[in-house]
Amino acid sequence: MHPILKLVAQRVALGILLLFAASILIFAGTSILPGDVAQQILGQSATPEALENLRRELGLNEPPVSRYFSWLGGVLQGDLGTALTNGRDIAESLGSRLSNTLFLAFWAAVISVPLAIFLGLLAVRYKDRWPDKLISAVTLTTISIPEFMIGYILVYWVSIQLGWFPSVAILNDSMSLGQKLNAIAIPVMVLTLVVLAHMMRMTRAAILNVMQSAYIETAELKGMPMLKIIRKHAFPNAIAPIVNVVMINLAYLVVGVVVVEVVFAYPGMGQYLVDHVAKRDIPVVQACGLIFAAVYIGLNLVADIVSILANPRLRHPK
Amino acid sequence: MKTELEHLSKRVTKGLMTRREFVGRAAALGVTAAVANSMLATAAKAEGPVKGGMLKLGMSGGESTSSLDPALAASEVPIMNLRNLGDTLVNVNKDGTLDNRLAEEIEASADATTWKFKIRSGVEFHNGKTLTAEDVMRTMERHSNEESQSGALGIMRGIKEMSVDGDMFSVTLDGPNADLPYLMADYHLVIQPDGGFDDPAGGVGTGPYTVVSDEPGVRHTYKKFANHWDETTGHVDEIEMIVLNDSTARTAALQSGQVDIINRVEPKIADLLGRAPNLNVVSTAGAGHYVFIMHVDTAPFDNNELRLALKYAINRQDLVDKILRGYGSVGNDFPINAAYPLFDESIPQREFDLEKAAEHYKKSGHDGSPIILRTADGAFPGAVDAAALFQQTAQAAGIPLEIKREPNDGYWSEVWNAQPFCASYWGGRPVQDQMYTTAYLSTADWNDTRFKNPEFDAKLLEARGELDGAKRKAMYTEMAYMVRDEGGLILPMFNNFIEATSSNVGGYTGSPIGETMHGFAAARCWKTA
Repeated sequence: MHPILKLVAQRVALGILLLFAASILIFAGTSILPGDVAQQILGQSATPEALENLRRELGLNEPPVSRYFSWLGGVLQGDLGTALTNGRDIAESLGSRLSNTLFLAFWAAVISVPLAIFLGLLAVRYKDRWPDKLISAVTLTTISIPEFMIGYILVYWVSIQLGWFPSVAILNDSMSLGQKLNAIAIPVMVLTLVVLAHMMRMTRAAILNVMQSAYIETAELKGMPMLKIIRKHAFPNAIAPIVNVVMINLAYLVVGVVVVEVVFAYPGMGQYLVDHVAKRDIPVVQACGLIFAAVYIGLNLVADIVSILANPRLRHPK
Repeated sequence: MKTELEHLSKRVTKGLMTRREFVGRAAALGVTAAVANSMLATAAKAEGPVKGGMLKLGMSGGESTSSLDPALAASEVPIMNLRNLGDTLVNVNKDGTLDNRLAEEIEASADATTWKFKIRSGVEFHNGKTLTAEDVMRTMERHSNEESQSGALGIMRGIKEMSVDGDMFSVTLDGPNADLPYLMADYHLVIQPDGGFDDPAGGVGTGPYTVVSDEPGVRHTYKKFANHWDETTGHVDEIEMIVLNDSTARTAALQSGQVDIINRVEPKIADLLGRAPNLNVVSTAGAGHYVFIMHVDTAPFDNNELRLALKYAINRQDLVDKILRGYGSVGNDFPINAAYPLFDESIPQREFDLEKAAEHYKKSGHDGSPIILRTADGAFPGAVDAAALFQQTAQAAGIPLEIKREPNDGYWSEVWNAQPFCASYWGGRPVQDQMYTTAYLSTADWNDTRFKNPEFDAKLLEARGELDGAKRKAMYTEMAYMVRDEGGLILPMFNNFIEATSSNVGGYTGSPIGETMHGFAAARCWKTA
C-alpha cells in the first residue's frame, strides 16, 4: 500500500477511536450534572407525584451503563432518540439547527478565510511598514473585544441607526437565499471580525518563518519579485500551520458561536444545546456533544491530511 | 399646564403613577378632582380595536425544550402559545373578577362543594370538531390523572368526582372551595378535543389563532381562526412570536422595528427606553414578589426572635429603589398585596428599624456564628445585589449575615426548598387561597419556609368554604398576621411587570396577575396604522 494511503487510513481510524472515547466522556459528563431532569422540566411548579411519574416515564431509574449502550446502539443506526423534554425526534430538530449553524459558519468562512490569508500575505509583503501595523492593530483590536460587544455595537450602528440589516437573525424555510443572507449579515460580520486576527497572524508568522530560510534568500538573489517569492516558495511551505489554524477557526465557527447566536437570536446548535443542558435533557446534550466532537475531530483530520499531502518528504518517502 | 397634565395622565395609564397621585398633582396645577378624573378617562379610552395586520412579539421565556402540551407549560412563551390557540373555562380579569370563557354559566351549591359549569354551545375546535362538555371532562381527567405530568395536578387533587350531563360539567370537591372557578382559570387547563389524550402537543384548541409554525425556542407563528366564537378577541390576522432571551437583543429588535411588543424590560433601562420616540413602556403592579426564605424548622431559623431580627434588618424601600429602580412596591412579609381580592390595607407596614432588629437579635440568644444566606443571579433579577444590601444593613444591626453565592445551574433543585435560607421569587396567583395553599399550608409541596401552623391551616380551610366576602376577608387578615409575624418569609418587595410596545400597538393593558397581559398580549392587542 502507498505509505500516504496508510497514513491517511491510520488517521481516520484514530479519529473514529477518538470519537468513541469522546462519546464515553460526554456520557459520563452528562451523568454527573447536578440536578434532576424531571425537576428541571417541571420547574418550580412541580409536585412530587408529577416528578415521580415523569422520572419513571423517562427511564431515569435505569442504571447508566445500560442507558449508555442502548444509546450508542441507537446512534450507530442513526437514531438519536427523542428529546425528554418535548418528545420531539432529536435527529429532526437537530438537523435544522445543524444546517443553520453550518449555513452561518459557511458564509463566515467564505468571507473570513480568504480575507485573513490575503491580509496575512499583505502584512508579510509590507512587513514592519504601515500596512502591516494597521492590519495587525485592527484585527487584534477586534479579537480583543468580546464578541457580544462587537455584536451590540454593530446592531446599534448598522441596524438601529442606519437600518441596513435586521438586528434579529431568524431564518425560516420560506425565505430566499438573498433574504437569508440579509438576515445573517450582521452575525457574519461579527464572526469575521472575531476569527480574522488568529488566522491572519498565523499566516503572517508561518510565512515569515519560511522567509528566513536559505532558499528564499537564493530566490531573492536570483532577483525574483517579492510577491512571487511568497506565492511560489514561501506559501506552499507554510501551508501546514495555516491549514491547522484555519481548521481550528472553522471548528470554532461551528461549535463556539453560542454567544453570537444568543445576541442575534439565531436558531443554531449552540442555543439549542444550552437550552437542553439547562433542562438536563441528556439525550439531546449527548447528541449535540457527539456532533460537536465529530466536527472537531473531522476538521482536525482534514488539517492533518492536508499537512501530510503538503509535505513533499511525506509524499515521496525514500 | 395642558401638556404637563397630558404627560401625567399618560403616566397613569402606563401604570407609573396611581390615580390618587394624579389627582393630587392635577390639584396642585389648579384642576378640580372631577375634571382630573375625566381627563384620565379620556387618556385611558382606546380608540377601539383595529382588525387585521400582523403583530410581532419579541419574548423572553422560551426554550427549545418546550412544547405545545398545556400540561408542561411553565414559562412565558409556552403560556402565550396556550392563550393564542386555546381557551380555559374562565379567565380572571385584571380587576380580579371572573370572565366566563368556555363556561357560560357557573353555579355552586350552597356549601361550595359542588360546582356546575354550563359549557358554551357553538364553539368549534381548530380541527372542525364542536366543543362538548365531554371534552372538558376529558381535559380535566388528563390533568388530574395519576400518570399526569401536569403542573396543574396540585389544583386537581381537591376534586373528588366529575360528571357530564348534556352541556353541564359538574365537579364535586373533597371539601368546600369558594374559589374553584379561579382554579379553573389556570393556564394549564386549556380545553383540548377529547382532553388531548391522543395528541397533547398537537396545538388544537378553541382559541382565536391556529398554529402555523411551531419552532420551540425560535419562533411561533399563528393565523386567525375564522370560526372563533368570540369576536372581541383576536384582532390581528397574523401573529409572530420570536424568542429573544437576550435582553439587549429584545430591546434592539423593538427599537429597529422588527417587533412591536417585548416583555421583561430591565428596570435599569426602562426609563431610557421610555424616552425613545415611538415607544411606550408599560409598568404594571403585580402580585409577583422577590423573597428571602428561612426554614422555620431548622436552626437557627427555628427561633422567631431571630426571624424577626432579620425582618427588621432589611431596608425594603432601599431595595425597591436600587434593585427594582422604583418599578415595584415594598412588601410586608406576607405574600399578598393589593393585586388580590379581599386584601386588607390596614395591616401596618413593617418598617426598617435597626434598633428593633438588634433588640430581637439579642433576645434570640444566637451564638454569633455566621448566618448563611444563599443566593444566585437566577434566583431573581438582582438577587446577588439585593443580598449584599441586606448583608450591609444586617451587619449594622449586629447580625452576622454571610452570603454564599450559588451557581444558577441547579439552583431550583439543589438550593431552593432544600437549603434553610436562600433567595427566591414567587409569581402571583389569582386568589389568596391559592397562594397560601401552594406555599404556606402545612402539607403543601412547596412549603418553602416549612411554615406549619395548625391554626393557620384550619383558618385556610374555613376561609376556602366561606362564601361571605366580609367574613372571608377577616379570616385572611388573621392569616396574614400569622405569616407576617411568625413565618419564615422575608418579603422585601413586589416587582412590577415592565413591558414595552411600539406606539402603533393598541389595547395593551397590563394585568396584575401575570406578565404580558397574563399572556393575552398577542390575542388581544391590535395594530394601528
